[in-house]
Amino acid sequence: MTHEQRQELLESLLAKQKAGALKPRDRFDIPPQDMPEQDAAVRRRNVHEVALGYTETQARLEAMRCLQCKTAPCVRGCPVRIRIPDFVAAIAEGQYGRALDIIKENSLLPAVCGRVCPQEVQCQETCTVGLRFKDVSKAVSIGRLERFVADLGHNGAAAPAVAPPTGKKIAIVGSGPGGIVAAADTRRAGHDVTVFEAFHKPGGVMVYGIPEFRLPKAIVHDEIETLKTMGVRIVPNFIVGRTRTIEQLMTEDGFDAVYIGVGAGLPSFMGIEGESLVGVYSANEYLTRANLMKAYSFGSGADTPIAVSRRVAVVGGGNVAMDAARTAVRLGAEKVYLIYRRTEKEMPARVEEVHHAQQEGIEFHLLQSPIRIVGDENSRATAIECLRYELGEPDDSGRRRPVAIAGSEFRIDIDTVIIAIGNQANPLIRQTTLSLEFNKWGNLVVDENCRTTMPGVYAGGDIVLGAATVILAMGQGRIAAAAINSDLADEPQ
Amino acid sequence: MAHRIAGKKELGPDVFWARIEAPLIAKARQPGQFIILSINNDYSERIPLTIAGADPSDGTIELIWQRVGKTTAELADLAEGDEIANISGPLGTPTHIANFASVICVGGGIGAAPLLPIATALKSAGNRVVSILGFRSKDRLILEEEFARISDELIVTTDDGSYARKALVTEPLAEVCGRDPKPGHAFIIGPTIMMKFCCGVTRKFDVPTQVSLNTIMIDGTGMCGGCRVEVDGKPKFVCVDGPEFDGHRVNFDLMIKRMNAYKPQEQQAHEQYEQHRCRIGLDE
Ligand SMILES: Cc1cc2nc3c(=O)[nH]c(=O)nc-3n(C[C@H](O)[C@H](O)[C@H](O)COP(=O)(O)OP(=O)(O)OC[C@H]3O[C@@H](n4cnc5c(N)ncnc54)[C@H](O)[C@@H]3O)c2cc1C
Ligand SMILES: Cc1cc2nc3c(=O)[nH]c(=O)nc-3n(C[C@H](O)[C@H](O)[C@H](O)COP(=O)(O)OP(=O)(O)OC[C@H]3O[C@@H](n4cnc5c(N)ncnc54)[C@H](O)[C@@H]3O)c2cc1C
Ligand code: SF4
Ligand code: FES
Repeated sequence: MTHEQRQELLESLLAKQKAGALKPRDRFDIPPQDMPEQDAAVRRRNVHEVALGYTETQARLEAMRCLQCKTAPCVRGCPVRIRIPDFVAAIAEGQYGRALDIIKENSLLPAVCGRVCPQEVQCQETCTVGLRFKDVSKAVSIGRLERFVADLGHNGAAAPAVAPPTGKKIAIVGSGPGGIVAAADTRRAGHDVTVFEAFHKPGGVMVYGIPEFRLPKAIVHDEIETLKTMGVRIVPNFIVGRTRTIEQLMTEDGFDAVYIGVGAGLPSFMGIEGESLVGVYSANEYLTRANLMKAYSFGSGADTPIAVSRRVAVVGGGNVAMDAARTAVRLGAEKVYLIYRRTEKEMPARVEEVHHAQQEGIEFHLLQSPIRIVGDENSRATAIECLRYELGEPDDSGRRRPVAIAGSEFRIDIDTVIIAIGNQANPLIRQTTLSLEFNKWGNLVVDENCRTTMPGVYAGGDIVLGAATVILAMGQGRIAAAAINSDLADEPQ
Repeated sequence: MAHRIAGKKELGPDVFWARIEAPLIAKARQPGQFIILSINNDYSERIPLTIAGADPSDGTIELIWQRVGKTTAELADLAEGDEIANISGPLGTPTHIANFASVICVGGGIGAAPLLPIATALKSAGNRVVSILGFRSKDRLILEEEFARISDELIVTTDDGSYARKALVTEPLAEVCGRDPKPGHAFIIGPTIMMKFCCGVTRKFDVPTQVSLNTIMIDGTGMCGGCRVEVDGKPKFVCVDGPEFDGHRVNFDLMIKRMNAYKPQEQQAHEQYEQHRCRIGLDE
């Protein structure tokens, strides 16, 4: 569809609507709007954002596909219960500012969530339009619409108002999405808020994990600036547990409440032979080198080196694996293989990222799993040995479990292996804060209000949920902040 | 939050000392811990350096480093009053200081710097401290006086015999380990290859040995796994599980190979920096 055709369609739909003659049929007939993207061949060689964002016409057309269901099944699919039909209707009417205000009632980071939420298993999974076409990819593109208004509103958005000082001090540990939301919400209530971040740059996984081509760093930077404008103090290079312990913050430094949002930092390895060879990375290391220290511009301003890889195997099937594989492509690898134990259907990554990865030439090796990494006499990785799997009988959950095929070993020649099979909880807070209760996986135990077992200490995000999502971390940041605000208000002065 | 350099001097060729403002770290640090710094901005490399000493009353820490590559060279070019953008710490698990009756402390080259606070703490804990310091040559000698002050016995060696005893540190180490009674514990810090051979000696004499590993690091908080080493055949993260480990269980050969992984790029960065430095006339 050309721009003119879209414009024409939109005008005729609006006219029909004005005349009160717009039927659900007409809405079903509107073609789902594709996201404009950089061409795969071009984007393989740059780090700019892949998805370029809807035009205004596209956004309004897509918004008009929404049926305004009374029951709003989409809202039930949204972890933070954004009033989706209302903001979508506002877009259809061309009222973008209002649409953004509606989203911001429930989500503080729409420009981020519009880009990285797994909508196809949240709001879009339950959308009536998708169900009617029996195809979730034909649901209303709620995420793209969210992104559209967030990007428009970005420059003009004023920082939220702050209540008069309460005299209470809040420490936020970690500046990921949960920490950012907890900081904003407690600051709005008038508390004196300080964010402590271990890294030299705030933003958490959104800056050192998720790559620029999926989430431009400028967006996260703007959110941090908004916090600063609100009067939140951000202290980088401060490792809670080492620089100061949580006890010290509370007893010596006068903090009345602490939110722990330190994420799930510790990369898991597979425990197979050869994982310590040179050229074997955790995805965290690979992505951090590439993102945070701009290793992709090594030799032109950035100092942190990254291996020059020609043939790369990435192990895993989640967002982290896709990001690592696609980063390897951009750093100049000739061949990138993605090795995953199950099939594409089970991949936990966002569908859009899986498609993008395929378009960028990443070769999927499904139903395969590495059994060892082979090295040369200098301990450099040279090959990865895998075993083939087939889908066996369905297990109790109804999923067919992959079963190894005996004798199916084979080798792929590689020079780099990136392991992206998940993260465990970082033990630092646990080791240094003995009065906190953790579960057997090392995650913090909290109640439904995100209160930990230590008075005055709250927690949320990946350190509580295990590796989860941006929106879930944000949601918990908000719940914790509400609990902090109400607990402190109840406290005698 | 920049950190001002309160004092700086050259200890020998390519070895530098600085006192740097970092009040919180000065207060929290314990022997065996380190910091990670990056000099300028987001693009600078982050490098780990051991905290060689600290004064909580004036809020400064001491670093001693050897110029080996781009970042250590840049650091060496800073002067008193200049600032370092980012310092985080103290990182790592503090050394387990106890009374072992007698200990042997071995420092190779720049390794003497991280060893000093540990040896000092061991002395205060009531140990008889025998120190061995090894250097390539006389002009590389550092911290002799400081070690003499806190050691009950100090043996200095040079590879070329230009000062004190001509030997590698393994030689006096074997002698000390062979004494009766033998040392209760050994603490060894230096080049990886030196630690490997020293561990060979102490293993032979069955002296429990602590080494401090200096792998490549990125975040220093357990996030990346780049610092991992094999201990007892299992991956361990130097930044959170270490930097100190039982030297008899470390796979040094693998560690040495991993540390060479970025050699070509490191060389490139360093050469570019040196060229740039010459152009702007830093090297008269
Ligand atoms: C490569 C990658 C891709 C992803 N893609 C997606 C996606 O597409 N969609 C999605 O929804 N989710 C995605 N996720 C997951 C998502 O990023 C996380 O679930 C989310 O960021 C968790 O937020 P958090 O608030 O727990 O904090 P995190 O973002 O984990 O940040 C924690 C922060 O705390 C800091 N910290 C840690 N320890 C300390 C300490 N002791 N003192 C001070 N600070 C400390 C850390 O440096 C970090 O900045 C991805 C994750 C990765 C790694
Ligand atoms: C816990 C710890 C404590 C240390 N304490 C001291 C100290 O007190 N004094 C001192 O002089 N040195 C110390 N080091 C080593 C120091 O970090 C490296 O010499 C420094 O990173 C080199 O950086 P460069 O850019 O100058 O050199 P590069 O050109 O980057 O490298 C030169 C050499 O340094 C090693 N190296 C490179 N990058 C890193 C990195 N990120 N981390 C560790 N090693 C690296 C390389 O293997 C290479 O052999 C310590 C290392 C660790 C891990
Ligand atoms: S479920 Fe779909 S069609 Fe229904 S209101 Fe939500 S977005 Fe609109
Ligand atoms: S330096 Fe990253 S895990 Fe140790």
